[in-house]
Amino acid sequence: MTSFSPPDASAPQAEDAVETRARQEADDPHSPVARFGPSKPLRLDAGVLLPDLQIAYQTYGEPNAARTNAVLVCHALTGDQHAASLNPVTGKPGWWETMVGPGRPIDTDRFYVICANVLGGCMGTTGPSSTNPATGAPYGLDMPLVTIRDMVNAQAMLLDHLGIEKLLCVAGGSMGGMQVLQWAASYPERVFSALPVATAARHSAQNIAFHEVGRQAVMADPDWRGGHYLAEGVMPYRGLAVARMAAHITYMSDQALHRKFGRRLQDRAMPTFGFDADFQVESYLRHQGESFVQRFDANSYLYVTRAMDYFDLAADYDGVLANAFKGSKTRFCLASFTSDWLFPTDETRTIVHALNASGASVSFAEIESDKGHDAFLLDEPELFAIAHGFLDSAARAFGLPPARGR
Amino acid sequence: MALPEETPYAGAPRRGGVRVDLVVVSEMVKPGSRVLDVGAGDGALLELLATTRDCDARGIELSREGVNGAVARGLAVIQGDADVDLAHYPDDSFDYVILSQTLQATRRPRWVLEQMLRIGRRAIVSFPNFGHWRSRLDLLVNGRMPVTENMPFRWYETPNIHFCTIRDFVALVEELDAKMERAVALDSSGHRVRFNMPWWVWNLLGEQAVFLLSRKG
Repeated sequence: MTSFSPPDASAPQAEDAVETRARQEADDPHSPVARFGPSKPLRLDAGVLLPDLQIAYQTYGEPNAARTNAVLVCHALTGDQHAASLNPVTGKPGWWETMVGPGRPIDTDRFYVICANVLGGCMGTTGPSSTNPATGAPYGLDMPLVTIRDMVNAQAMLLDHLGIEKLLCVAGGSMGGMQVLQWAASYPERVFSALPVATAARHSAQNIAFHEVGRQAVMADPDWRGGHYLAEGVMPYRGLAVARMAAHITYMSDQALHRKFGRRLQDRAMPTFGFDADFQVESYLRHQGESFVQRFDANSYLYVTRAMDYFDLAADYDGVLANAFKGSKTRFCLASFTSDWLFPTDETRTIVHALNASGASVSFAEIESDKGHDAFLLDEPELFAIAHGFLDSAARAFGLPPARGR
Repeated sequence: MALPEETPYAGAPRRGGVRVDLVVVSEMVKPGSRVLDVGAGDGALLELLATTRDCDARGIELSREGVNGAVARGLAVIQGDADVDLAHYPDDSFDYVILSQTLQATRRPRWVLEQMLRIGRRAIVSFPNFGHWRSRLDLLVNGRMPVTENMPFRWYETPNIHFCTIRDFVALVEELDAKMERAVALDSSGHRVRFNMPWWVWNLLGEQAVFLLSRKG
């Protein structure tokens, strides 16, 4: 996600191709889709029914005969269902291939792994860029606001559709971790074990503030057109790119930025005394912004950041987080990273204390890393060892046969 | 609450490959119990309790390496500080709360013991006895702080900031008005000091002590 490559002056045609693919994915994705039709609407926290729900998902591995080896992977803000398979829009590998695959901690030789695009997303699950069946045009801002709980309720419908009664594990980082916590609170009987990484039980004021900066950048772009840009044939590229640039800084640590770029200049020996991208770090951020806007829908960015802002699990349980996990039989394993200042260890520790207070079984490890919040997506052998040990122990306790010798 | 890797227990007396003091602790636990091990280290005791006593065994450990190793072995251990984190556990949430070779490294040993007796119906505490004759001899003859196999650190680098003797511990238990259900002292070769000996003999010959406590009433 953060490997450095200079911005390429890629041909406009190639860019168009990426965008065209991205637009196609919203309604007709390159992955299996569950369509629920008007008879099975999703009741949203916003107080309205969402008819014609569509969920795009990927699966890896095979279900066992009793369908007891299912692991649900939940993606983060700008992720998608392609956790461990080639992304059809970018052509890049899945976003969690370090964690999911044959012989990986979430071992697809052993487990049936499901990953769905979130509600409000733009990769085939119903979201603001999907076609509203009532009008034949994209929803845009007519799409009701969604919450993390709505996302989880939609995933529960998908599991019913796939015939999965109980999950061996729900795993995810960042916003994916929020979904994991919501799963454990909303459907404790369906979750045998939970692996939330680099996350929080509520979005902090600082994080809401960062999101607001991003949304304002999108909405300040004249091409946003009050959210009707798709109908008017334009895209708020500049606003969304700025939003992504600002957000990207929060995913990294000061140390990681220094290690990667320091104060080095970009393809020049001297500063230009202008506002070009003199510094490598500027060039890198511009590249991140540019490539992001080709694959992600601006309104989706508004909706999904909003869902994170609204997340406050304790608020649904009289302000006491422990009550969210009262009597929970779920086994939990939490991990945080020392240099993550977006979802710092203290947020995880708050969850651990609540789980202790509720009597749940919990493991918690803080992993030393200088890679910031992004660490959960990167090569972190300690995370892999912990996830592997936790899942293996959960699988055995759940009655699955031991892993074949590897 | 970590005893760093290069510590004590490499040369500690063992039975069937397992440290004798851990065996003594585990034998005090009724099979099938819910157990919290405070200062779980690398999880050796948790593993012993899970495999030989069929316990629902969980741990707290301060050191990151200890925790990560234990979790990677599938044990339920959280990274945390006993001096702070015990406050978050509800009353009576465990059958036993164990403090194995950790008491002397806590900042607030008395508070930790109180919390253990609040969280668990019973508490098991094992610690190195500073009243052992060799420690006394070191101080008396050499005038130096003792460095032994159980207490391998020099005074300026030791994590063990609250050493006590068996007599000191018994006095604290009385102050806390806890009931002493069982007590075992182990000599330097891991054998039990005969239990019909008076306290002062235990305090001289016991290199380690293991106590099983419960709340009165």
